[in-house]
Amino acid sequence: MRVLAAMSGGVDSAVAAARAVDAGHEVVGVHLALSAKPGTLRTGARGCCTIEDSRDARRVADILGIPFYVWDFAERFTEEVVDEFVASYAEGRTPNPCLTCNEKIKFEALLDKAIALGFDAVCTGHYARLSVVEDQPQLRRSADPGKDQSYVLASLTADQLRHAMFPLGGDLKSTVREEAAQRGLAVAEKPDSHDICFIPDGDTQKFLTDRLGEQPGKLVDAESGAVLGEHVGVHSFTVGQRKGLGIDAPAQDGRPRYVLSLEPVSGTVRVGSAEQLAVEEIYAHRPIWPSGKEFGGRAGPVRCVAQVRAHGSTAAAESELVGDELVVRLTEPLTGVAPGQAVVLYEQDNHGDLVLGSGKIARTG
Amino acid sequence: MGGYPGWLMTYLDNAATTAMLPAAVTAMTEALTGVGNASSLHSAGRRARRMVEEARESIADSLGARPSEVIFTAGGTESDNLAVKGIYWARVAAEPARRRVLVSAAEHHAVLDAVEWLAEHADAELSWLPVDAYGAVSPDTVRAAIAEDPDTVALVTAMWANNEVGTISQIEAIAEVCAEFQVPLHTDAVQAVGSIPVRFDTSGARALTVTGHKLGGPYGIGALLLDRDTPCTPLLHGGGQEREVRSGTLDVPAIHAFAVALRESVGAVRAERVRLTELRTELIRAVRAAVPDAVLNGAVRDRLPGNAHFSFPGCEGDSLLMLLDAKGIECSTGSACTAGVAEPSHVLLAMGTEPAVARGSLRFSLGHDSTPEDVAALATAIGPVVRRARQAGLAGTRRRTGSTDQQPAEV
Repeated sequence: MRVLAAMSGGVDSAVAAARAVDAGHEVVGVHLALSAKPGTLRTGARGCCTIEDSRDARRVADILGIPFYVWDFAERFTEEVVDEFVASYAEGRTPNPCLTCNEKIKFEALLDKAIALGFDAVCTGHYARLSVVEDQPQLRRSADPGKDQSYVLASLTADQLRHAMFPLGGDLKSTVREEAAQRGLAVAEKPDSHDICFIPDGDTQKFLTDRLGEQPGKLVDAESGAVLGEHVGVHSFTVGQRKGLGIDAPAQDGRPRYVLSLEPVSGTVRVGSAEQLAVEEIYAHRPIWPSGKEFGGRAGPVRCVAQVRAHGSTAAAESELVGDELVVRLTEPLTGVAPGQAVVLYEQDNHGDLVLGSGKIARTG
Repeated sequence: MGGYPGWLMTYLDNAATTAMLPAAVTAMTEALTGVGNASSLHSAGRRARRMVEEARESIADSLGARPSEVIFTAGGTESDNLAVKGIYWARVAAEPARRRVLVSAAEHHAVLDAVEWLAEHADAELSWLPVDAYGAVSPDTVRAAIAEDPDTVALVTAMWANNEVGTISQIEAIAEVCAEFQVPLHTDAVQAVGSIPVRFDTSGARALTVTGHKLGGPYGIGALLLDRDTPCTPLLHGGGQEREVRSGTLDVPAIHAFAVALRESVGAVRAERVRLTELRTELIRAVRAAVPDAVLNGAVRDRLPGNAHFSFPGCEGDSLLMLLDAKGIECSTGSACTAGVAEPSHVLLAMGTEPAVARGSLRFSLGHDSTPEDVAALATAIGPVVRRARQAGLAGTRRRTGSTDQQPAEV
């Protein structure tokens, strides 16, 4: 196959590209320039889009003996990921930009271009297992539970997955680093990138306030309706958040208070107890089926495990499609279920939990 | 490690760099076996110095300059920086009111970024000279810009020939205007020397940039031809080896080879101009035959013989470049690269080209080792490559509507 390896300059995409070469594919490396004004050097362990990172990727491509190019996706990335990120917060939702980037940039903008240019697949260093059985993609959790990225890939359609390649899904991160070292790749020891690549200093609040300005509103006790304080904008909050609420008076019962909901129009942030935060039903729109079939062909309601954010927070559930809406009834309640995040449904499996489907959380009950 | 299969490729990027002429390789290799710092006083030093001075005389002779006007530098970027900053600094030091630098937006980044640095850090005032649809500045434009306030002009900088679209300026006429107002003219002649006749003395320019690796010489060596009566403040301070204007131990082997390459390329310039113009004409004909809506950028007549620069509507330059590279054809998107990202060319934008069209542009540039076979290889490849890149261009701008499964194209 002709494979386009997306190379960030990190160790994972480097080893993924190397394995694609070893598998006998005709591989071309491409580094995506996602920032119109990339930094010259990496700072700390954050970010993945500096010129230094693109040079790291180029050096890997040299060693693998594959052609290498840098493609400019800065405009698409700004429109589809950064602007969308800011707009989501302004609307009181909590977006996952990595998921959006996979969906709109790596496996849409890049994949479409790659296919048009004659490639068969896009290869990335994501940790997830992907196979195609009878033309139906099967997306599973990675063998490394600490690195599993199936959550941020679950919004890819079957068409996208048919042209995707994740060579690292079956391995531990430590194995991948060792392999990079054995292959003589200088990125073997490069630290993992954390946080959001387009906010290199990690200060999401400042990033959002710079773009949205201050939109003052009130913090309100969900039960009594009492005004507990003021805030500079709903974008400063996420459902389930406990710290940084800026409430002076403690709750009467002395227990911590959490953000329960965000109302962007009125600027109201409702807070309450941990019990009030518990969610038993999730309603998600825009369901996506990696296999191409609803719940992978299972008749609903389907017993599954629901995951509501990138790391942790899973619960047994039963799910069905009601109209266009994915309804997920949790067997045990979850807290901190934020609209804007994805709910991903898995079927437990010894060979890696299978992704049945996913949707974007619209509301909870 | 991967190999370096350059010899299998069709190299159409001579404006980026040109293969060294065999005589220059021989000269450099021989000189590399010797030892001697040209500033040393013993025999080895004198041998090295002799090699440098013979090279200087040879270069001066090749370019119509006096030996004392040849200042060796590390190449085009240094020469441009030295001329623009050094002359500006010296002029302002002598006459503080002279802070105006006249420059066009189609200059090379070595000039553009230098003048912008002066504006930011040294109170320079930039007067941007508009370029015509071919990328050239007219003498009348220069006259009008100087005449606005002649006593405030520090210098004018105008390239002899454009590195992207190949348009040749009326540099003598521009120099005449400058001379009328007693304003020094610097010209970046990196692309012109070795491609068309260039003489410093008759040009009227006070400073001229030339570099080795565009004319069959080595990388990392160039010169600024600097008139004896034009003060220039140094960029690099140290031993003052080059007329107290430039410091640094002289790179004797590179200087020797530079002089050999320059003499050979300047000697062949008339014959090569005819040969390359014929090849280039065939290249343009072939590209237009394969891609009828390809747009030729730059002047038709006053054009570097080896340059052909096209916009391919609906395509992205990086797609075209990759597809051609995969077919063994090496060319350029003709624009500045940051981290390898192809940005829409500032030259095309200055010429009034739409950014979307500018993004879909390629520069093909021929050199001393280009052959009809090179042009034939491009003629065969370009049609299917452009068709394929057009599909990708559409895919790149379109939001997804349906399946990714598209019809296979013929490439």
